[in-house]
Amino acid sequence: MTILFGVFLLTLLVITALAIVRTSHLFSAVILTSIFSLLMAANFFLLDAADVALTEAAIGAGISTVLFLGALALTAEHERTTHVLRLLPLSVVAVTTLIMIYATFDKPRFGDPEAPVHQHVAPWYIEKTPEYIDIPNVVTAVLGSFRGYDTFGEVFVVFTAGIGVMFLFSARPGNRKDSQRQATAEPGQGLRHYLVPRVVGRLLIPFILLFGLYVQFHGEYGPGGGFQAGAIVAAAIILYALLEGETQALRVLPLRALSVLVAGGALLYGGVGVAGILLGSNFLDYSVLAADPIAGQHLGLLLIEAGVGITVTGVLLSIFHAFAARGRV
Amino acid sequence: MTMALLVDIASWVLLSLGGALIFIGGLGALRMPNLYTRMHAASLTDTMGAMLVIAGIMLQAGASLATIKLAAILLFLLLTSPAASNALASAALLAGLRPDQGTIPASEHSE
Repeated sequence: MTILFGVFLLTLLVITALAIVRTSHLFSAVILTSIFSLLMAANFFLLDAADVALTEAAIGAGISTVLFLGALALTAEHERTTHVLRLLPLSVVAVTTLIMIYATFDKPRFGDPEAPVHQHVAPWYIEKTPEYIDIPNVVTAVLGSFRGYDTFGEVFVVFTAGIGVMFLFSARPGNRKDSQRQATAEPGQGLRHYLVPRVVGRLLIPFILLFGLYVQFHGEYGPGGGFQAGAIVAAAIILYALLEGETQALRVLPLRALSVLVAGGALLYGGVGVAGILLGSNFLDYSVLAADPIAGQHLGLLLIEAGVGITVTGVLLSIFHAFAARGRV
Repeated sequence: MTMALLVDIASWVLLSLGGALIFIGGLGALRMPNLYTRMHAASLTDTMGAMLVIAGIMLQAGASLATIKLAAILLFLLLTSPAASNALASAALLAGLRPDQGTIPASEHSE
């Protein structure tokens, strides 16, 4: 049954991917990309990767779509079509596809317990997590503690991406200066005059924030963690910005505060790592943070997940505001 | 007949009805002539389809935490999908798409 459903979802994925390539209508392409992410999330969930599914649904299908739409507001609606047959790229893609299909012949069967990936370090992680870290969600233990360096790197990828986008958008002169004029301009007003979306949206925002906090702090016990929670909190604030107008959202959470969030989260993560060194152990070793090594691991995971969540929220909101401000001028 | 069997039958009836409604909604969204009638057809999926499917799954889950979660999802859907439909319809109206236009908008002919 799982196999059947997986094949069905993968077939839909291929169809969606082909549709994205075929369509020249950019708005359709964005919506199809969102559908692609949602299908991907369902697929991950089917493979028991609930953490990845949550990330894919929140970031891929949710926030990315909003950001794409924001970018779309700045460009034309249709892709410029060219009818030149490009033989070289086509042959490169065809050859790569054939090589990849050939490579799959050597792969172990789906769900095979003898597969190398299940024989290498995974058993050690599953066996030692209760002993060293003592939390039920092994994924969080691996991401946060055993492979804390990798997650640190991911946070800095997000951080760098945010800085890059802000840098690109601030290049245009006169963008931020006339905020006084923008405050009274019509587009900054959001959906204030539309009763139904406004009432429902205002009703939902507190619950979305609460769910974000749940995902943030429940990550050690169930699926979740900083990346997903950051996306959910950012989504709640973007919803607020859509309803009440961007100016009001900026009054609640100004750009300066967002920069502090962006840098502060990454700094918190790095700071926890440095604290490990200062307390006489290795970088990102949380065992020394408290008298009891396991309590130290718990504290370290809590802090770094908070750092991840803060940075992700800050970056996503900064990018959103960058697009929104650019569209207005 | 045992209780479990009855619950099972009721749940499958609900699931099948919900699935049928979602199918009809999808068909309507494909075949209807303009945006407003399409939305009308698709609203079957959002409301009755989702309600029946979730009710069916709730019967399968029994009295457990999953049922409460499903009830929360249902409440969320019942709040958000009408609001989203409302927003979509007013956006379409604002963009100048008139409800009495019986044809598919010109932009979709070009594909």
